This record gives sequence, C-alpha cells and structure tokens, in this order.
Amino acid sequence: MAEAENKKAAAPKSVQDGFVFLPLIAGWLIPGAGHFLLRKWGRGALLATSIVCMFAIGLAMQGKLYANAHEILEVLCLLGDLGSGLLYIVGRAMGLGSDYVQLTVADWGSRFIVVAGLLNIIAAVDAHNIRTGRKS
Amino acid sequence: MFSPSHFTAVLLFGVFASTVFGITQRETPQRMFRYGLYCFSLFVGSAIVLSWIMYLIAR
Repeated sequence: MAEAENKKAAAPKSVQDGFVFLPLIAGWLIPGAGHFLLRKWGRGALLATSIVCMFAIGLAMQGKLYANAHEILEVLCLLGDLGSGLLYIVGRAMGLGSDYVQLTVADWGSRFIVVAGLLNIIAAVDAHNIRTGRKS
Repeated sequence: MFSPSHFTAVLLFGVFASTVFGITQRETPQRMFRYGLYCFSLFVGSAIVLSWIMYLIAR
C-alpha cells in the first residue's frame, strides 16, 4: 500500500526531468498539452476544450485569421492569433477564416480567435509555472 | 455560418475565458471554480450594466 503511494508520488518527479521549457512549448503548440505532460489531466482537458471551442466558434462566425500586418492593430491581432500555435498554422494552411470582415458577427469571430490565442499563451505559461514549481 | 445574438456571444466568451482564468489564476480546484464563477459573473454583469447605460444614453 505504502509502496503504491510512493510510486504515485514519484511519477510526477519523472516528468519533472528533462527540458524545462517543454510544457511551455507543447502548451503553446497544442492547447492543454503542457498540462497533459505534467499529468494534470483535468486542467488540461478543460483548457484544451475552452481554447479549441473558442477558436472554432470564431471560425464558424466567419472570423478573420490575420496574415498580414500593415497597421499596429493588425500586428497585435496577428500576435494574438499566433498564440493559438498549431491551430493557427493549420487554419492558415487549410484556408479557413474569411479574408475580409464585412459582418458584425464576423468581427466578433475575429476577436474570439485572437482571445483564444491569448488564453492559450496564459495556459502555456501556467504549465511552465507548474513545471518550475512556482505553482502546484 | 454561426450567427449568435450579442448576448449569446457574451455568454460564450465569458464561459471560455472564465474557465481559463479560473484554472490558471488559482491553486486548488475549489478556489479555481469560485474564481471562474466570479469572472463569469463579472463578464456577464458588466455587459448587462454597460448595455443599460448605452440604452439610456441613446434615449
């Protein structure tokens, strides 16, 4: 019984070995992956669901995936979009998202996509904090 | 094309953002849940209050 508990406690330690920025990078590329690497299954699943759903709803609302940055606001939106990691790259590769925002709903969709990226960055940094021991 | 009402969009936005805020800004599950609920109520509450203010200004 005690041996089993020791094994359980030792498991996360094995995850702690290795590249310190791995949860941060994995979490940025795939929403929730940083937490999955640290065996925080529930948190990872909730984060992944929230971020992927927000991104998908943004696309469904004909939101724009920013590709060019001619103005300062577009630069900020592009940075936000890039926070989604592979979601953004795959979306761009598949030609998802509208090129021009003509409807109010599409404007909201663009904001959903940008905020999904920003939330993904927060989630990835949270995974890094757990990895470095700043957070449990 | 998914075309929600303005309030539905606020609700969706609030649910997803509050979930991430709750998980990332607090340590224990109970505090995460409470903080998520707090953020969600602020999102929705502020949207309702601002809507009424804009409605009254427009009259």
